Amino acid sequence: MSAQHEEEKLGKIYDTRLVRRLGGYFKPYWKRVTVALAISFAVAGLSAAMPYLFHVGIDYAIDPVVHHKLALGAGLRLLGWVSLAYLAALVLSFAALYGQVLIMQTVGQNVMYDLRREIFGHMQKLPFGYFDHTPVGRLITRVTTDVNALNDLFASGVVSMLNDAFVLVGFVGVMLWLNWRLALLTLAVLPLIMGVTWVFRGYVRDADRRIRVSIARINSFLQEHISGMSVVQLFNRERKARELFEERNRAYLEAYKDAIMAYALFYPSVEFLAFLAIALVFWYGGGQVLTGAVQIGILVAFMQYAQRFFRPIQDLSEKFNIMQTAMASSERIFRLLDEPAPVLAPAQPARLAGIRGEIEFRNVWFSYRNAANPAEEDWVLRDVSFHIHPGEMIAVVGHTGAGKTTTIQLLLRFYEIQRGQILLDGVDIRQFDPLDLRRHFGVVLQDPFLFSGTIESNVRLGTEGIDSARVGAALREVGLGPWIDKLPNGIATPVSERGATFSVGQRQLISFARALAHRPEILILDEATSSVDTQTELLIREALERMFSGRTSIVIAHRLSTVQRADRILVFHRSRLREQGTHQQLLALGGIYSRLYQLQYRDQEVRVGSVAGPDLSAPLPASD
Amino acid sequence: MSAAAPTIAEPRAATRREAWRSLLKLLPYLARHKKGVAAGLLAVILMGLAGTLPPLYIGAIVNSLSGHKHAMSRLGPLGDALMRFLVPFYRPSDYRTVLLCCVLLVAVIAIKGLFSYISRWVLIGISRDVEYDLRDGLLAHLLALDPEFYVRNRTGDLMSRATNDLSSVRMVLGPGLMYSANTIVTMLLAILLMARLSPALTLWVLAPVPVVAVVVQFFGRRIHVLYEKIQAMLAVLSARVQENLTGMRVLRAYAQEPAEMAAFDQPNRQYVARNMELITLLALFMPTLQVLTGVTFLLVLWLGGRLVMLDRISLGALVAFYTYMAQLVWPMIALGWVTNIFQRGAASMGRLDYILAATPRIRDVTEPEAAAEAEAEAGARKPVVRGEIEFRHLTFRYPTTLSRDGHEERESRPVLEDITLKIPAGSVIAIVGPTGSGKSTLAALIARLWEAPRGTLLIDGRPVTDWPLGALRRAIGFVPQDTFLFSDTLSGNIALGVPGAPLDRIVEAAEVAGLAGDVADFPQKYETLVGERGITLSGGQKQRTALARAVARDPRILILDDAFASVDSETEERILERLESVMRRRTTILISHRVSTVRRADRIVVLEHGRVVEQGTHEELMAHGGAYAELYQKQLLEEELERA
Ligand SMILES: Nc1ncnc2c1ncn2[C@@H]1O[C@H](COP(=O)(O)OP(=O)(O)OP(=O)(O)O)[C@@H](O)[C@H]1O
Ligand SMILES: Nc1ncnc2c1ncn2[C@@H]1O[C@H](COP(=O)(O)OP(=O)(O)OP(=O)(O)O)[C@@H](O)[C@H]1O
Ligand SMILES: [Mg+2]
Repeated sequence: MSAQHEEEKLGKIYDTRLVRRLGGYFKPYWKRVTVALAISFAVAGLSAAMPYLFHVGIDYAIDPVVHHKLALGAGLRLLGWVSLAYLAALVLSFAALYGQVLIMQTVGQNVMYDLRREIFGHMQKLPFGYFDHTPVGRLITRVTTDVNALNDLFASGVVSMLNDAFVLVGFVGVMLWLNWRLALLTLAVLPLIMGVTWVFRGYVRDADRRIRVSIARINSFLQEHISGMSVVQLFNRERKARELFEERNRAYLEAYKDAIMAYALFYPSVEFLAFLAIALVFWYGGGQVLTGAVQIGILVAFMQYAQRFFRPIQDLSEKFNIMQTAMASSERIFRLLDEPAPVLAPAQPARLAGIRGEIEFRNVWFSYRNAANPAEEDWVLRDVSFHIHPGEMIAVVGHTGAGKTTTIQLLLRFYEIQRGQILLDGVDIRQFDPLDLRRHFGVVLQDPFLFSGTIESNVRLGTEGIDSARVGAALREVGLGPWIDKLPNGIATPVSERGATFSVGQRQLISFARALAHRPEILILDEATSSVDTQTELLIREALERMFSGRTSIVIAHRLSTVQRADRILVFHRSRLREQGTHQQLLALGGIYSRLYQLQYRDQEVRVGSVAGPDLSAPLPASD
Repeated sequence: MSAAAPTIAEPRAATRREAWRSLLKLLPYLARHKKGVAAGLLAVILMGLAGTLPPLYIGAIVNSLSGHKHAMSRLGPLGDALMRFLVPFYRPSDYRTVLLCCVLLVAVIAIKGLFSYISRWVLIGISRDVEYDLRDGLLAHLLALDPEFYVRNRTGDLMSRATNDLSSVRMVLGPGLMYSANTIVTMLLAILLMARLSPALTLWVLAPVPVVAVVVQFFGRRIHVLYEKIQAMLAVLSARVQENLTGMRVLRAYAQEPAEMAAFDQPNRQYVARNMELITLLALFMPTLQVLTGVTFLLVLWLGGRLVMLDRISLGALVAFYTYMAQLVWPMIALGWVTNIFQRGAASMGRLDYILAATPRIRDVTEPEAAAEAEAEAGARKPVVRGEIEFRHLTFRYPTTLSRDGHEERESRPVLEDITLKIPAGSVIAIVGPTGSGKSTLAALIARLWEAPRGTLLIDGRPVTDWPLGALRRAIGFVPQDTFLFSDTLSGNIALGVPGAPLDRIVEAAEVAGLAGDVADFPQKYETLVGERGITLSGGQKQRTALARAVARDPRILILDDAFASVDSETEERILERLESVMRRRTTILISHRVSTVRRADRIVVLEHGRVVEQGTHEELMAHGGAYAELYQKQLLEEELERA
């Protein structure tokens, strides 16, 4: 599967293409960003000044006094001034850092807000084919974890890296200026540190990748098993689940152990090299001091530079991590944003007000495998054509998997067809804004889905203009009245995740009420009463007849009893529309429908005493 | 019982004391790694000892270079012992001394590095080991908890406990433990030695230490509170996205995109707002720390410089001071930081413990009992379910239907009431009844997903509670009303209850369930991946996969809860025919709304409002002329109407 383990992909530390694109999001805030960058210079200057002040204090005040070259009073006064300067540097750097953090983080938050909005908005447009193969958990990560990784990059990564970079440059400058030989000696260790960091990165990179993958696997495993826990328990999968989980858990542990090993080696190595640099300074510089070529305070300052110099480098690996994570995250985010959303409203959508409800399928071919030319066996609909007149009630029947649900999903433009045309009131549905198109339909989907919230919010959704009375009325129409009345909170009763505390029939009826409350011009029912008892079903049928007479409706049903009163019946068989006509016509045809019909009512027929139907053992027509 | 509305009971927030106490629960986990912890702590101490030397060597270098008479002033027993090696070789203004010190410096740092490596590897490694154990235990516990728990707790909430909270608990054991040991050792040793160099200066330069600790603590607590709020907001945001994505088909069908965008905007904004609160705090916090640690260096320069000029200490001692303080910067910060790790970890442990301490209402017979059982049944023969099911005056209320104040809502109407029913082994019993009449509940009770009051439900004459849970469920093939498939292959889903089932058993089950024909059309046959919850299958295919899954177990008791709802009549007919041979040897519970499905059952039970209103064979009930006959008439009538 293509999207299976995007987490496995490990970004580069720096990717020009991605960075440029990310930069685009900062354009609106460029002034603030510039200020923050300018502050970096100040921070660098101040950091470089502090060790320098030690040099001044030691070499011009303390050491001369110790060696009786300067009066005590003058020495103390000078030291006082130097200390004051030190204090000033501290206070200034406090202000600079405060301003910088505030500015960058605020900008970062704004950008993240925009980005989350964009991602969520894009998800609303993505085709269903995308969702069919992308686990929900992973998509949630795009909006949350991935965006936050970018935030880390801007809020801490970029700023502190820039600061560090400027600080390093500042240090090198001051060191060279103070004593270029000592400076070069100190810097001699740098290639070694680079080498160690490089090797370390190599180790950690792999471990990091494994950590990320295994935590993603652990999380999706947990998520799935928590949602399907009762199935796990019913099928005694506990032991097996533990085994599978242990395997994932162990992969995570082992990846981490490798990372720990790398870090445990890395930190002391860098410290060792830093002290090696200090030892080199004293070794060479000590001789210089003894010959009087270098002041002792310079050595002390160099020691401080060396110590501070290597800390950013030590942190560098962590920064790399942040950058790499962010690059990988932005890559994933951009891939999602680049995912084409082909169901787009045309530039000038056809107007759609007060539709008549005429629907036509013209030689429609469709396959879920999104290719222009799918393999022969992949077609789910082949050359389907039918015409529904305004106000007709159409029933769709056929074996499971024949393509009934697919047909209505196409009508709603959930998927794009490969060949042919679908027309509403004579206009190709691709000419409409899908949002506008769907507003005219009321659909009860095969799998009833309830949102957490209340019964009322589930019926109303986010549609304005549906008041509580209408919600209550719709619920009553579907026969939930007596049940709701008994609930202490009535229609305000909370609904738990997926409506787990309601019976399946109740869930189905609530989704039915949802369709009724929206008073659509075209009603589509996909097995809408499959889990509902007969009495309620009859009740609903009456309500529908009252409310929807004169409106187009499409009803998918396996129970032929529910479809007999349709104006026309479409019979799907193995991805083709095989028969259509009224109940009587189809019976007379003696084809698939009549066979289905005979089969279902064989028992009753025997009782009623009518003649036996056609030979039931004859196989149904095979696929062609 | 503490519970809320029928849906979710917000677990009571643990008090601080309880939270801290819950940290003690980690001790048994640590105890498994006793030796490792001891070795790690020893390494920390040795590392600390090695760490006290470099400043002294650097100080000695500076002293020698500035022509001071002594390597360092007297340092007390510990310092003298540490410096013993160097002192005899010390000469003022001597290059050899400087070289020797440089070599010693590098050597000591190498040794320190070694111990640092050991301590990190051992202690952090152990924290990961414990995390592994905890996570493993968490899953094991989750697997034992019954549906009630999952109705009360949202998936997202449980997930966040299992991930975020687990990782904060891990922080306590790893960095928390390591840095607190490190901080204590380093601080103690450094202060001991610095005090010998100059007690006055020590007091002064250490003055910022408590301030730093307090600042870190102060900010830390607020940051933590805000952080929690941010996490909570993030959870809201994720939940929003999750619902949007899982309910996408409904939302698009109803053109809810604009409404959803608006609904998303609110948590998105609030999330930013919460973050901004944190940012204003962070923007102050980090620079404050920098300044405070900077102040100690300032004090070293200013006060230390004075002391040098007044000849109280040597210049080398000043530099040694500086170096000690540079080493102490991190422990100073760690002091406050570690406290926060512990606070956060304690709160998280409390939340983890909410899961770990949750007792399943459904209790398996305890081990010794089961063992005694096995003995009683002669030899190692496991108890085998024959399949006789009996309800005796069973009355059942969902434990989740309690009102907000924790009382049962005005004596909430039971879902099942006074059910008395005997289902002989091997018979087929059908249950019909209106929506919400309690059919699914009855079925769920048999599989012990919910607990029937003791003594009201017997399997083979034995209370259901006395059966080992595993044996009971192994004997049951359950097709739940709402199908849940795992995002696995078809064969993986069918073989769910029979790990390692050979392909022909899978195929056989698929054939019985009428799925084999569909599978033959799939390019990848049984290796087809079904997507989350089986999204890429048609409704009927999903349901038949669930049916095949139950059949593949070859169960003693087969429970079909409306298992043909999404299947067309012809397919249903064919499946029923094939099932008939399967059902003949087993107890079958058939729940359906269709007379055509249930009429062949040995007995038909009609439920209404949780009560059995009629039972008997099809013929008996027809003759009786009650609810069932009426149902039959209605279903027949529909068809008659058309025929006329
Ligand atoms: N999202 C999807 N991706 C790939 N294949 C799909 C998807 N949805 C359905 N299919 C396949 O397309 C075929 C037709 O499915 P469809 O849902 O239209 O059947 P149906 O006639 O509604 O059946 P049922 O009565 O069982 O609901 C099936 O073989 C199914 O496996
Ligand atoms: N977990 C639960 N917590 C609280 N109440 C529940 C729970 N599950 C079901 N109920 C309630 O118990 C009653 C019986 O539910 P049950 O699922 O047994 O009905 P059913 O007869 O199977 O209905 P259907 O024909 O719709 O499947 C319903 O009113 C339902 O709302
Ligand atoms: Mg049910």
